[in-house]
Amino acid sequence: MAHQFRLNRRDLIRAGGFLTLSFGIAGNLSHAPAAEALKLAGDLEDTPLLSAWIRIGADETVTLMIGKVELGQGAVTAVAQVCADELDIDLKRLRMISGDTALVPNEGVTAGSQSMPNCASAVQQAAAEVRHILMELAAEKLKAPIASLTVEDGTLRGEGETKITYWELVTGRELERKATGKVKPKDVADYKYIGTSVPRLDIPAIMTGQALYIQEQRPDGMVHGAVVRPPTYKAKLKKVDTSKVEKMPGVLKVVRNGSFLGIIANRQDQAYDASSALAKDAEWDVEDDLPGDEGIFDWLRSAPMRDEEIINETAGTQHAPARVLEATYERPYQMHASIGPSAAIATLADDGMLTIQTHSQSVFETAKAIARMLGLDPAKVRCQHIPGSGCYGHNLADDAAADAALLAVEMPGKPVRVQYTRPQEHKWEPYGSAMVVKTRVGVDDSGNVLTWNLELWSTPHGTRPDGEPGNLLSARYLAKPFEMPVPENGGPPNYAADRNAIALYDFPAQRVVTHFISEMPLRVSSTRSLGAYANVFAIESTMDDLAHAAGADPVEYRLRFLKDERARDVLRSAAQKFGWEQWSKAEGRGRGIGFARYKNFAAMTAVAVEIEVNRKNGRIRLIRVVAADDSGQTINPDGIANQIEGGVIQSLSWTLKEEVRFDKTGVLSEDWKSYSYPILTFEEVPPIDVVLIDRPGEPFLGTGEAAQGPTAAALGNAVFDATGVRFRRIPFTPKRILAGLKA
Amino acid sequence: MISFRLNGKDVSVDAPEEADLLYVLLNDLKVNGSKLGCGRAQCGSCTVLLDGEAIRSCVTPTKAAEGLEVTTLEGLTTDGRPSRLQQAFIDEQAAQCGYCTAGIIMEAHALLERNPHPTDADVRSALQGNLCRCGTHNRVVRAVLRAANEA
Repeated sequence: MAHQFRLNRRDLIRAGGFLTLSFGIAGNLSHAPAAEALKLAGDLEDTPLLSAWIRIGADETVTLMIGKVELGQGAVTAVAQVCADELDIDLKRLRMISGDTALVPNEGVTAGSQSMPNCASAVQQAAAEVRHILMELAAEKLKAPIASLTVEDGTLRGEGETKITYWELVTGRELERKATGKVKPKDVADYKYIGTSVPRLDIPAIMTGQALYIQEQRPDGMVHGAVVRPPTYKAKLKKVDTSKVEKMPGVLKVVRNGSFLGIIANRQDQAYDASSALAKDAEWDVEDDLPGDEGIFDWLRSAPMRDEEIINETAGTQHAPARVLEATYERPYQMHASIGPSAAIATLADDGMLTIQTHSQSVFETAKAIARMLGLDPAKVRCQHIPGSGCYGHNLADDAAADAALLAVEMPGKPVRVQYTRPQEHKWEPYGSAMVVKTRVGVDDSGNVLTWNLELWSTPHGTRPDGEPGNLLSARYLAKPFEMPVPENGGPPNYAADRNAIALYDFPAQRVVTHFISEMPLRVSSTRSLGAYANVFAIESTMDDLAHAAGADPVEYRLRFLKDERARDVLRSAAQKFGWEQWSKAEGRGRGIGFARYKNFAAMTAVAVEIEVNRKNGRIRLIRVVAADDSGQTINPDGIANQIEGGVIQSLSWTLKEEVRFDKTGVLSEDWKSYSYPILTFEEVPPIDVVLIDRPGEPFLGTGEAAQGPTAAALGNAVFDATGVRFRRIPFTPKRILAGLKA
Repeated sequence: MISFRLNGKDVSVDAPEEADLLYVLLNDLKVNGSKLGCGRAQCGSCTVLLDGEAIRSCVTPTKAAEGLEVTTLEGLTTDGRPSRLQQAFIDEQAAQCGYCTAGIIMEAHALLERNPHPTDADVRSALQGNLCRCGTHNRVVRAVLRAANEA
């Protein structure tokens, strides 16, 4: 987690309004007086060497090297747009390298909606400085003042016919200089790519079946690995008879290391067949101490916990409340549920170098954890990011990398590809934590908030590899097992369990207490928006209850306490596009709205939903959704719209349908069946309108997770509007709706 | 040895008869247009065309393809150029991670073959067995309708 905290510090600075990019000075830097070091933009602060980011090639291309990776969120295209604009080159000249630990700056984890604020901002500043260096060099060669030069697609022109290109100017170590922070990026008006919906660079390959994903890499001599997971989390392997499986077709090796069991086979299907057979030939000691999906919320309220008051502002309290409203909200464990089971390819070369191709979000820290697990020199482990199926947080990508590595060292020289089965992906991924959130609000005679209290109970939201073998699943089952480190909660300003637990509203008094439980009945880690999903659901449902109790319109009621002008614009835009004021209620129909500013400093998003409830069968039909979003300066409008649409749909799916089933022994949800772990389908997805509010000149704000909380709340509020019954436990299954309507 | 036509070419593959078509396509024949999603015919990621009909290759034994025509996502292109349906997906930017998209395009291709002018509801009904986790459903439906309208 240490790295995330470093990222946090910068976000705090940005949230406070100190925009580092605005300190630029014009003129010839080499004659500028020595000044104290300026704060560099985003991840440039950690890797200030310009040549670590940008290479100018003799072949008239530019190579941009970034530590953030493509997860299907369009980040690589957006960063490319920023680079091409700032360098004044055609986008076609740009080659992108991302997420190769041997080649790119260490930008930590691609997570937390931080690729735009930290990577795009760094690239913007780096490109601006590179352009400036090139202009200085050109000015010297062309014997013309910098101010007289123009640049177009890498060609600099002086007076008359004189010109010179980037590719002529850079012949050696010209870019081996540190960023100064003194060069000002372009004016907003001069952007060509930023602010336009440049098509994603990788989409044609996706649509025509070019080899793109880790699952489609087939290095020469590749063999296939599979693992046998224990029947439960803490099971210990008593004995296993490997003799039968060793004789199965195509089986090259059976690997046993403590309670870790693996297969290496010629074919993928043979590896799966052998691992199924081996699972039957293994005997385990099995525990049965889990609270189960029905018992988890009581368990959360009674487990050993650490209490922390994260805010207690009582300065505005003047009067005793006339009334107090209290409510408790419950969020079950929910899955990332990637469509493609996680995969990786590892190869141990003759020179002792272990290369792992992985769709990990954290190539650097995962490489380090794997090196330590295997007792290898970290310099001998290289991770290369290759796209996989979308992950939406920390799923099994890193574990697949570790398992491929564990098998690859058993068969030196052979690339070993591991891809999990569907049940393995469902049952062993680290889920989004179950949570309980309780609100207690004192209001005055008019129903306005006087005192706002929120308490939350949660297990961890971050168990990423972070260089620690104990965070890799299989490392815990080895003959010499690695202990899992005790996870920490995330602190301000990002927070983790308590992300968005502090309401953005301006209440006279606000107190928030986090009850952090480090014990984990089910494996958990970062899942899109972390605690913000449950916290915003609770806050925005409570606001709806308060508006109702006050006899106020839910939009108008929120605006009483929402002071930030941009936030108010977002809320009003969603309501206007939805037709909030003109809306009239039809039988069975309901509407709801929800708002949050992600992490209270990233993108601002409001979501309005219209639904219909069938009182006979308890089914909710999604009629339509409108979302409004302010992500600061827009780099790629369609990219943002795609993230908002996707976030809305995923959150509707979580909130309507999703809950990890488990009993006292282990997880029962092992596939997509309706009683197992269903997700929203094509016929259930409603039309979604997205309103984008562009803020030219403002910092880039991350969007990827912004819709999760507001959508859940809007849906709950719409169900309340339709039925008069408040549902506070997610998901809103037909069974729960029917029970609620009868109660 | 099992023989069939793959994307317009005769192929013979020395694979175990009981191996499911998905693994033979992906690993022996090195095509990318069929993805492993669930292995249980629940998600549609592995969808290919068998004599024009959309099937789930993850539960189809390879020997079932003997003598028939198998088409994968690559097979819809002409000289590397995307088909009208593929181009509509590009134009609509109808993907995020894109892992489920290959199977969706195959299912949609089969739909347009039997119903060249589907409604929004027809498209959703045809794709009901294809799961997408990124939430690109509406873009996908727009892409299929665009391809139909441009036909």
